Amino acid sequence: MPDSMSAFFAMGGYAQFVWPSYVVALGAIALTTLSALRVLRAALAEARRAVVDGSEDA
Amino acid sequence: MRHFRLLLTRDLRLAVRRPGQTLLPIGFFAMVTALFPLALSPRLEELRAIAPGVLWVGALLAALLSLDHLLRDDAADGTLEQLVAGSESLLSLVLAKVAAHWLMTGLPLALLAPLLGAGLGVPVAAMPGVIMALVLGTVCLSLLGAAAAALTLGARRGGILLTLLTLPLAVPVVIFGARATKLTIEGGSAAGAFYLLAAVAVLTLTLAPLATAAVLRIAVE
Amino acid sequence: MDFTWFHRLGSPPYIYRLSERLSPWFGWSAAILIAAGLYGGLVLAPPDYQQGDGFRIIYVHAPSAWLSLMVYSCMATAAAVGLIWRMKVAHAMAASCAGVGAAFTAVSLITGMLWGKPMWGTYWVWDPRLTAQLILLFLFFGYMALRASYDDTSRADRLSAWLAVIGMVNVPIVRFSVEWWNSLHQSPSVMKLARASMPASMLVPLLLMLAGFTVFFLAFLSVRLRAEVLRREKHSAWVREMVANA
Repeated sequence: MPDSMSAFFAMGGYAQFVWPSYVVALGAIALTTLSALRVLRAALAEARRAVVDGSEDA
Repeated sequence: MRHFRLLLTRDLRLAVRRPGQTLLPIGFFAMVTALFPLALSPRLEELRAIAPGVLWVGALLAALLSLDHLLRDDAADGTLEQLVAGSESLLSLVLAKVAAHWLMTGLPLALLAPLLGAGLGVPVAAMPGVIMALVLGTVCLSLLGAAAAALTLGARRGGILLTLLTLPLAVPVVIFGARATKLTIEGGSAAGAFYLLAAVAVLTLTLAPLATAAVLRIAVE
Repeated sequence: MDFTWFHRLGSPPYIYRLSERLSPWFGWSAAILIAAGLYGGLVLAPPDYQQGDGFRIIYVHAPSAWLSLMVYSCMATAAAVGLIWRMKVAHAMAASCAGVGAAFTAVSLITGMLWGKPMWGTYWVWDPRLTAQLILLFLFFGYMALRASYDDTSRADRLSAWLAVIGMVNVPIVRFSVEWWNSLHQSPSVMKLARASMPASMLVPLLLMLAGFTVFFLAFLSVRLRAEVLRREKHSAWVREMVANA
């Protein structure tokens, strides 16, 4: 098992090109997801503030 | 048509009254092209190989340099708003602006190119082709640049943004134009490249003014 | 024809609730598809007979390149709809697309370079696809910069929409021109596997990844679009009601 695992990670000698590609692509998915969630949270907080400010005005 | 002619003569008259601003892009073009032999090598064979690239990048940069004034000066003193409000057709306003810009930068650049090309080892027989390609190309650059200028009219840091927006749009023009120039200089058949450049010019001439007019209406409201 | 669905899509609260409901479905389907595609692509697919295990980059490169073009088309279509029917939601949709589009254009460039190094011996070759992707990245940057330089949302919406539409005309011409420019130098593109018929063990993971990335974009959009709609509608009655009840 360790042998086949290390063969898997070696990627037939292409490890230094294959793994960074996957890290970059999956990293982009993770980062864009996190940023979308953060922007949504910020927008919700802003909407809540707008409601509070609005009711104070009234 | 009368409207177009009035606007065009007005812009040309203004350009003549500000010779510094009008001549700046042309002087810039001449200096950039003259710097290449100094930076690279005085050998004409070497320079001939890069001449198309030098002429086209120089023309593109010179056109970009002058685009910032295409609409901004008139917008700053409120003239543009008056022109848009008073024009029966925004299209003729846009076409007049583009024509004035091209007559003041594109045409002089194209006519200056043989002189500068001679310094880059461009053979005399290729001069008409070089001029022709630059004439077609600079028309496109003025048209595309006008669209970008209208988009960035009210923007913060409009000048640098104008460059960022124009460059990707200008890619096909530069590719076809530089290729037509290169084939002409090498004495090969440049007809294919010229047809493609002309096709891009016709397409740009048809679509870009419509878009620019629509953008202008949003920009000055 | 019944066009009421189209009018409903123009209603911000309807879109907000619809994307809220769809978010988990898209999110989980994307995760499952991508996980299956990764397993198939990295473990089950046999090495390519010419490119060895290096070809496995295709499973992230091709979906990113596909996504970048699809996102651009979505953005330009939404922008055009926003201009024609003056739909706020369509503009919000176009605004949501730009960042993720630029990100995946960059990913397709980076993975393309990582693929190019073992195959061409150099990270960058003026390959027509790489070049066209680079221009697309500039187009996305231009769009984002234009949007960011206007404070007035309505004006930013309409002006950037025009840029997206102009860019949509430009993209195919750029593709054609760089193909034509490159064909004169005959540098072969290795970024396609030369065979017409890929074995199923190679093809299925690719299709899974393409589907996974596409559904991921929908999941992303269902979150990002909500934020854009909220930002534009924060003073409207339905947002007040929703926030007060939460």
